[in-house]
Amino acid sequence: MRRLPAVRPEIVGLVVVGGVVLIGLPTVTNQFYTFEFAKVAIFVIALLGLNILTGYSGQISLGNGAFMAVGGYTTAILVHGPGVPYWATIPAAGLLAGVGGVLIGIPALRLTGIYLALATFALALSIPPVLNHFDSFTGGHSGIVMPPVLAPFGLDLSQEQWLYYLNAGIALVLFAFAWGVVRSRTGRAFMAIRDSETAAVASGINLAYYKTLAFGLSAFYAGVAGSLLAIATSYLNPDSFGLSLSLALLVGIVIGGLGLDFGAVLGGLFVVWLPYFAEKASGLQIGVFSFPGKPDIIFGALLILILFFAPNGAAGLLRRGWLWYLSLRGAARLPAAEPVAEREPTEIVP
Amino acid sequence: MLAFIQQIVSGIASGGIYASLALALVLVYRAMDVANFAQGEMATFSTFISYSLIEYAHLDFWTAFVITIVASFALGIGIERLLIRPFEGAPVLTLVIVTLGLFTIINGVTGLVWGYVFKEYRGAFISQPVRFGGLYLDTQDLGVLAVVLVMLLLLYLFFSRTKIGLAMRAASLYPESSRLLGVRVGWMLALGWGLAAAVGAVSGMMVAPIIFLDPNMMQSILLFAFAAAVLGGIESPLGSVVGGIAIGIVMALVGTYIPGGQDLRLAFGLIVIVVVLLVRPAGLFGRAAVRRV
Repeated sequence: MRRLPAVRPEIVGLVVVGGVVLIGLPTVTNQFYTFEFAKVAIFVIALLGLNILTGYSGQISLGNGAFMAVGGYTTAILVHGPGVPYWATIPAAGLLAGVGGVLIGIPALRLTGIYLALATFALALSIPPVLNHFDSFTGGHSGIVMPPVLAPFGLDLSQEQWLYYLNAGIALVLFAFAWGVVRSRTGRAFMAIRDSETAAVASGINLAYYKTLAFGLSAFYAGVAGSLLAIATSYLNPDSFGLSLSLALLVGIVIGGLGLDFGAVLGGLFVVWLPYFAEKASGLQIGVFSFPGKPDIIFGALLILILFFAPNGAAGLLRRGWLWYLSLRGAARLPAAEPVAEREPTEIVP
Repeated sequence: MLAFIQQIVSGIASGGIYASLALALVLVYRAMDVANFAQGEMATFSTFISYSLIEYAHLDFWTAFVITIVASFALGIGIERLLIRPFEGAPVLTLVIVTLGLFTIINGVTGLVWGYVFKEYRGAFISQPVRFGGLYLDTQDLGVLAVVLVMLLLLYLFFSRTKIGLAMRAASLYPESSRLLGVRVGWMLALGWGLAAAVGAVSGMMVAPIIFLDPNMMQSILLFAFAAAVLGGIESPLGSVVGGIAIGIVMALVGTYIPGGQDLRLAFGLIVIVVVLLVRPAGLFGRAAVRRV
């Protein structure tokens, strides 16, 4: 029998508080904030995918915005053309993007390090003009307009609230799935590849299979995120999926915490809210220094600072804080407090 | 047929611009094995400096050109010392992300200072057709090519005939032995960044009169420069030049002969990168990389 690890009461408390916040949020904030939090959920999904690829498998991708474009356009075209209900397009968008990811993953097998960065960078840059080119499908520059989404079953929810619950629900399911994947045999193979390809191969890990799988999974997440983005904004055009989106994803996951479960969550919060606060702070005068209203500068500067001072990102800082708290509470009786990303507990076989 | 040759000629001219930015990438790559994703944004920033010198300080183009190159050189060294040096010995992934951070910072600063309105940039050469045989050559294209060729010659002389050029090559090939022989390897890397920034500035100032000046001006050119560098072999300066010219010709032909080809040029850049990396990862002139365990 596998013994279930004891759950600390603090964890139970955090989960309860987290659940209450997650469910109660749209009832206490206004429509604008609710919509922004719906966007946070979308970015969390995209970042969960990028985390699987870059954080756990060590394959850099500057092109996940392109997979979001695949998902977004799948939904927009299916809803706009044959009139498929929007909720039915979400899995289709994820699967199609996932197939795209596998297709990109196959040539990417032979590209390592900066070459992979180069190729995916080129992918991110070349997607918008290609979408423009096939304007009979994509509507070109003018984009595709979709009917706004209303709460189903006569639920008494505003449009923003429904979008929030929809996105947050899907994000929660996909978070749990990613949580499971990285703790499974597959996840351990991903991390082995990240830490040393040679050692991974020597241990009998099929490099081609797992790398392609990582690309496919990551693109699936990006596709679902792209689909939800299209549904939330009920409009998309090629510029929604430019280089800046792909860069925002990378910045988000690095600042949130590469290879840590909550990195994607913190990264999503960051990517959505930083531009908002940067806008608010713009024009704020401190002496002669006027605060720049440009999130890019703050994004870039934070990125470099985080890499230098806290390579595990915000989630890494939180984890350190948690471990420190445990050490204060005399956690010696619970040896399971070892950090997850540094050493995976091996599965106990009866 | 004549139209075809015409396209090739204009492709060679824009190829010269891609080649210079590719050369800048190669200079950094040789110094520290990392592709500088911010190279294009650095070049844009430099070009805006020269724009301000011309428009607001009322300098003539060539004075502004020289001042900008010197300033870019200093800026490149400053960036290396300030931002790259702290990450010496870090994994490639980290360095790539640092240059991407640099990319967003410089892009944001450029937008903040000069705004996002497209600006007309008065370059050195006035676009005028010159009849040559049956072909019409553009004086602007010829001027750009001449500038790029002079720059290449100067760089070649620098690396082959000067002591410091030799030291830079030694530092990039054999850092340990060079250090033992008294070469200050760290500074040679900084010098590489400085030179790359200067070379990139030239490419920016050459391309701006053709495509208008805006903070995102160099992004597509960076992609073509990456394609050029990969095609030529990312550590070969000669390769980057040949690759640049080849990419210039391909893009001119794609833009002309494929319907709607202007939109597809970036995708062709992607295809070139992927195909070269799959078929011949070392490029035309690079050495095959030995995989270390």
